[in-house]
Amino acid sequence: MNRLTATAPNLKRTPLNSIHRQMGGRMVDFGGWDMPVQYPAGTIEEHLRTRNHSGLFDVSHMGEIDVRGSDAIPFVNRVTSNDVTKLVDGQAQYSALTTPRGTVVDDLLVYRLAADHLLLVVNAGTTEKDWAWITAQKRDDSVELNNVSKDYSQIAIQGPDALGILQLLTELPLAEIKYYHFTQGSVDGIPAIVSRTGYTGEDGFEVYAAPEHAEQLWNKMLDAGHFGDSTGIIPCGLAARNTLRLEAGMALYGNDIDETTNLLEANLGWICKLDKGDFVGRDALAKEKEAGITRRLVGFEVTDRGIARDHQNVVVDDKVVGQVTSGSPAPYLKKNIGFAYVPIELASVGQQLKIDVRGRLVDAQVIKTPFYKRAR
Amino acid sequence: MANVPEDLHYSKDHEWVRVDGDQAIIGITDYAQNSLGDVVYVELPKPGESFAVNESFGSVESVKAVSEVFTPVAGAVVKTNESLADEPEKVNSDPYGDGWMIRVQMSNPGEVDSMLTAAEYEDFTKAETE
Repeated sequence: MNRLTATAPNLKRTPLNSIHRQMGGRMVDFGGWDMPVQYPAGTIEEHLRTRNHSGLFDVSHMGEIDVRGSDAIPFVNRVTSNDVTKLVDGQAQYSALTTPRGTVVDDLLVYRLAADHLLLVVNAGTTEKDWAWITAQKRDDSVELNNVSKDYSQIAIQGPDALGILQLLTELPLAEIKYYHFTQGSVDGIPAIVSRTGYTGEDGFEVYAAPEHAEQLWNKMLDAGHFGDSTGIIPCGLAARNTLRLEAGMALYGNDIDETTNLLEANLGWICKLDKGDFVGRDALAKEKEAGITRRLVGFEVTDRGIARDHQNVVVDDKVVGQVTSGSPAPYLKKNIGFAYVPIELASVGQQLKIDVRGRLVDAQVIKTPFYKRAR
Repeated sequence: MANVPEDLHYSKDHEWVRVDGDQAIIGITDYAQNSLGDVVYVELPKPGESFAVNESFGSVESVKAVSEVFTPVAGAVVKTNESLADEPEKVNSDPYGDGWMIRVQMSNPGEVDSMLTAAEYEDFTKAETE
């Protein structure tokens, strides 16, 4: 067996770090953060529990950038690809920070707290890069930018039972919060932003609060959802977070999208509002759209024995035609699935591919995404 | 605490060897399966294939990762645990029993003497965890 443990010094810690350790989380270095990859229940159980009942995730490592001022909306509209003017107070939007080439600096959520106040929630590993990128786009004092990542903890409670459990801790009418909307109020007496969003393909909420209250909220959510049997809530690690998002067909920054991939080929044309007015990367994306993309991110299923993994080559007619960007077993679907970029002529559903799994070519087939869609 | 049976030999790569005459049964340790997490796929060699000491003879995959497995002793594969193809989770539930991987005809049975004893392996894993 290969080396099993790696201890890296100077890792950043979320306010829930000692709880993860107490609860038996296996800690790993995730983009410079000391995070639990799984808990004693194991990735498969964590994944299935979230699909069937509920799971709890520490996502406090995510970054938050606060944007205030009379030009908050036009400013964010210029640096992101989706249309911020469409948001109302209490609404959130999936979007991307784009380069002038139309590629992706990061994907993010844009929250509209007020007409002159937005909150950008960005990936953990890219927070510093995003902060530098965004501040470099600032032209005058009509917006005030603050990196407030340290001021927020974030806990995601996900799964069909998430609403019922969280409702035990708050008077906020959670059922009235629509998907991709949020409200501000008290959860177990703690001021919080409660957002009906997530990264699992399930219904659920993401709760933002000051870091000193994170332990209380985490423990109360676990207590509230502890049904004393195998349907209760359990803490889930990053491995389950990854398999859940992959089954749900969601891109992972750094794997499926990055500064070498443009939004259109990543199937993110739906957050690319070319008619909203100028934004960074708009011209490049408009040209690309007119000319037609040459490759596309596709979902595939391994039809042979074997598991496709990140960075493995995709082979058609003995030629390497692309690379796997995310590859993993899918615990709920009980298949081995993945994403890969392939030339557009090989991107149709049903296309046969081979994946080079450490020297062995295994059969795979392009299938529709999302791989998993919950019943509503 | 991970289970470390007294009667087995251990490698620093977290394989165990059970000696049966001049044959060796090889698998991965309880500590290893616990570190890997849920095993979802095991790739094993075919009977008749020969391996040198510390050569990769296959791989164990969890949801998250792939780990190669190495032969602590040289020899030719006599038999493999074919049931792992359909029930790889046996590596988790019974790493020293039903989760065994290969049986090897040892070319130099003396090689097991240079492997770790149970007590030595336990100390080794403690040091690795710290």
